[in-house]
Amino acid sequence: MMRTLRAMPTLIRVGMVEAIAYRAEMVVWLLTTTMPLVMLGLWTSVADEAPFRAWGTRDFVAYYLVALIVRNLTSNWVAWQISEEIRTGAVSGRLLRPVHPFTGYLGTHLGAVPLRAVAVAPVLVILLWSSARGVLVTDVAHLALVAAAIVGAWLLTFGVFLCLGSLGFFLDKAMGIIEVYFGVFAIMSGYLIPLALLPAWVRDIAAVLPFRSMLGDPVAIAIGRVPDAGDAARLVALQWGWAIALLALASWLWRTGVRRYEAFGG
Amino acid sequence: MTIEVAGLSKHFRVHRRPPGLAAAVRSLWHRRYDTVKAVDDISFTIARGERVGFLGPNGAGKTTTMKVLSGLLHPTAGTVRVEGHQPFRREPDFLRRITLVMGQKQQLLWDLPPSETYALNRAVFGVDPAQAAQTLGELTELLGLAGLTDKPTRQLSLGERMKCELAAALLHRPTTLFLDEPTIGLDVAMQVTIRDFIRDYNQRHDATVLLTSHYMDDVVALCPRVIVIDGGRLIHDGDLRALVKTMIPDKLVSFTGGVPADEVARLGEVVKAEGGRTTVRVPEARLREVVSHVLDRAGADLAVEDPPLEDVMRKLFKDKRASAPAPAGEPPP
Repeated sequence: MMRTLRAMPTLIRVGMVEAIAYRAEMVVWLLTTTMPLVMLGLWTSVADEAPFRAWGTRDFVAYYLVALIVRNLTSNWVAWQISEEIRTGAVSGRLLRPVHPFTGYLGTHLGAVPLRAVAVAPVLVILLWSSARGVLVTDVAHLALVAAAIVGAWLLTFGVFLCLGSLGFFLDKAMGIIEVYFGVFAIMSGYLIPLALLPAWVRDIAAVLPFRSMLGDPVAIAIGRVPDAGDAARLVALQWGWAIALLALASWLWRTGVRRYEAFGG
Repeated sequence: MTIEVAGLSKHFRVHRRPPGLAAAVRSLWHRRYDTVKAVDDISFTIARGERVGFLGPNGAGKTTTMKVLSGLLHPTAGTVRVEGHQPFRREPDFLRRITLVMGQKQQLLWDLPPSETYALNRAVFGVDPAQAAQTLGELTELLGLAGLTDKPTRQLSLGERMKCELAAALLHRPTTLFLDEPTIGLDVAMQVTIRDFIRDYNQRHDATVLLTSHYMDDVVALCPRVIVIDGGRLIHDGDLRALVKTMIPDKLVSFTGGVPADEVARLGEVVKAEGGRTTVRVPEARLREVVSHVLDRAGADLAVEDPPLEDVMRKLFKDKRASAPAPAGEPPP
């Protein structure tokens, strides 16, 4: 464990160097996550006429810009990376290193966070410059909870993607599952439409799934839709619970999958 | 013993279906699986510091065995101990003692200079920075890495990449080396460099080396002992020279000019005659007589060699296949 912790700064540094080397790919990747801007255009034109279920224009602006920031800060491509490495046998190199392969992936993707932060900084500037800043939380308790929720969303997303990637040990084409996952995520996380605006039965389903903790809940806390700090703390606790559960599931899937691994190629 | 293998088997379950759309649709409901015995009940031991060649035709089970020994694959049956560990557990202490180099796979970060991979390996293997610098200095000198390690890997030639790959694999100074085709695709000069390096590393660190190569020159130059497998079964384990002697108890005698054509035919089977140089195959029992005859006629321009290892292997596999049941089958790609 100590050895892993000592290795982590180097893993993160190399991850940053890799992120810089692959900056063009990252820009393309970020461009694929602009769905909130499309939805923003749609909903602001609706809300321009009259507020929609108590959501005015600036609420939608705040929601989708914060969603864009949270999505870009917390997303990663580890599922695709693992799936591809299993398919080609490249994961063998990681299995021969005396640290858990998840540690290597963690370093790589933590290393990409600073570059992601730089990429979304203009969105934050626009958000703070626009009238939507009025709906953002400003008290210390809520700001701390927003920070904790963004870290939790990162961990939860990482855990979910580790699970999806590890399915590559069991399925020839795990990427297909990832496509299905994204469809469910887009609805149940609030990525397309704020959860509060979805029909009650959809909200009931979303309440028992982890997706809302990945995006909708952190955004809701940030834009003041969870005014009670105790309620917000409960949402963050639930989110961290999901993160731990998904990381544990990923660990089990990996352990079980490695036994089936056939190290193809070569 | 550094490596102990007893009754090792590794079987794969492989989905098979005939070509064509109808077969593809049928396979949605009825998938046919075959069990392929990639490695079938093999046993051997290797002592500390030995250099052993691991030979066999394509699909014989060499790479599968290497992957089991390095902990990448779980054995289906049998026991394996390497450096006192069960490899499939992949305990950190075990992984710090071994390395697996696959000529057709790379561990270097493709778009970054090899120096970044070295930094990464130094951190994850927990190598002391001073020791890493010393090892890297040693490897740089032996492999001629100067000027290579700060260029992106993708811009290196195949040979340069292989040298950097070896350095990355040895930075933590493993004591057991599994080398799977380490010279594949390299030119002759680079093959010699890599061979010399492997021998030097083995001697400096008393490292155990298990090597597969399709270049028999690698094996002849490096491995006093060979283990041969075919169809997943072990068919020979022992001294390389003894194997050559048993399989083809002949020598090749080459000379230039001096011997009249009618006498050449009486010396032995002519295997090559070009550019004025003749090579004849001579049974060992007649070697002294033939050599003294050629020396009388052709003078000092004479060479006596063992037959090529390729010929020995060809004969070995042919003989075994003629006398044994059909091999178990091909492992998956």
